[in-house]
Amino acid sequence: MLASIVSISLGAILVNNFIFSQFLGLCPFLGVSNKMSTATGMSVAVIFVMTMASAICWVINTYLLIPLGLKFMQTVAYILVIAVLVQFVEMFLKKSIPSLYSAMGIFLPLITTNCAVLGVVLLNTQNNYNFLESVVYGFTGGVGFTLAIVLFASVRERLEFADYPKAFEGFAICLVAAALFALAFMGFSGMKIL
Amino acid sequence: MTVLWAIIILGALGLLFGILLAIAGKVFAVEVDPKEQAVLAACAGANCGACGYPGCAGYAAAVARGEAPTNACVPGGADSAAKIAEIMGVEAGEGEKYVAFVRCSGICGHTKEKFDYEGLDSCIGATRLGGGSGANICAAGCMGFGDCVRACPFDAMHIVDGIARVDRSKCVGCMKCAEACPKNLITKVPASSTDVVACNSHDKGPAVMKYCDFGCIACQKCKRECPADAITVDNFLAVIDQSKCVHCGHCAEICPRHCISDVG
Repeated sequence: MLASIVSISLGAILVNNFIFSQFLGLCPFLGVSNKMSTATGMSVAVIFVMTMASAICWVINTYLLIPLGLKFMQTVAYILVIAVLVQFVEMFLKKSIPSLYSAMGIFLPLITTNCAVLGVVLLNTQNNYNFLESVVYGFTGGVGFTLAIVLFASVRERLEFADYPKAFEGFAICLVAAALFALAFMGFSGMKIL
Repeated sequence: MTVLWAIIILGALGLLFGILLAIAGKVFAVEVDPKEQAVLAACAGANCGACGYPGCAGYAAAVARGEAPTNACVPGGADSAAKIAEIMGVEAGEGEKYVAFVRCSGICGHTKEKFDYEGLDSCIGATRLGGGSGANICAAGCMGFGDCVRACPFDAMHIVDGIARVDRSKCVGCMKCAEACPKNLITKVPASSTDVVACNSHDKGPAVMKYCDFGCIACQKCKRECPADAITVDNFLAVIDQSKCVHCGHCAEICPRHCISDVG
């Protein structure tokens, strides 16, 4: 049990990192990584939404969809859950942390369509994880996302002062840096604990 | 039967989530200052940024917090200033309305050019050539490619006879055109102004005479004859002090180069 949880965690954070190995959630990864403060804010929101979505979707899948033979409705039901969670996080942030709310701007509602979130719940079902494993996978998937976006934000902050050719300015240099990051993470591929 | 279940389950989930969100909406409701809404309604709503805040909403929020002056909305002019002052309960300040003015009179056929320009149809592109003056010999004059026309959000700039002209009935004074002009030709003048020097050339008289029929040659005639002493000649260019001008129009009549524009 413990071994499987450790294996899932390390897998989600390093080996199968959502951004660098599975290429999910690239939109916020490139969108809000230009400043460390927004990157961490976005990460916290994503961790929260991913963990909650994993838990709620597991319950809905196991106790509603599978007994009634409605497995084909999974995607629709999951999207519904994610949309509601994002709305909830948005209301909560607007009330309690307005500065973070305005800093994240359009990317907060965009978590709804963040494929990493939908990806995590679909992978939970696909891998037949139990409740605990699902929640752990959701949480550590979010941590992996955080690791990627925070590392990348620190690189981008230094890129501001770097001296690169003018043609690479802006988005181009970001994509090059992201590609180099993904290469580094390839070093983890194929590793297996247990 | 499966279809029925699918509809029921998803419908029930949707309803449940909807109720939860409605409750959360009440719990986490954020109070918006009603003054902010009222100020926003009183603004011109052009989001032009002339007030120095990011859009009308940003300005309204700053006014509601008491950080911004009530008369900063340029497009709204005195009307907006009065309304906002009433909302905030303070005296309306002097909300003088300003408009843009293009300081050039060099219309087609009255200026000389160094070469035929066949490059990009933009002022910025043209200024890269000819040592910063484009094809015109006059380094200060309007080239008429209309960067300001494209920058104007209110359709108040037009190219007439080869140079930019401001339609004062539409201009709100946001000065987007001035930012777009690579020659810094466009200035802000009071909307009440009638006589403005429509030339920007600091070249000496004989030089100006060679390339433009309407350029200011710093002959000082207007300065001598102005009844209000409002005109000075600074670095070979006449300047009218709008705070002293009495709008008599005399300078526009007597200017031998016809470069004082009697816009009133």
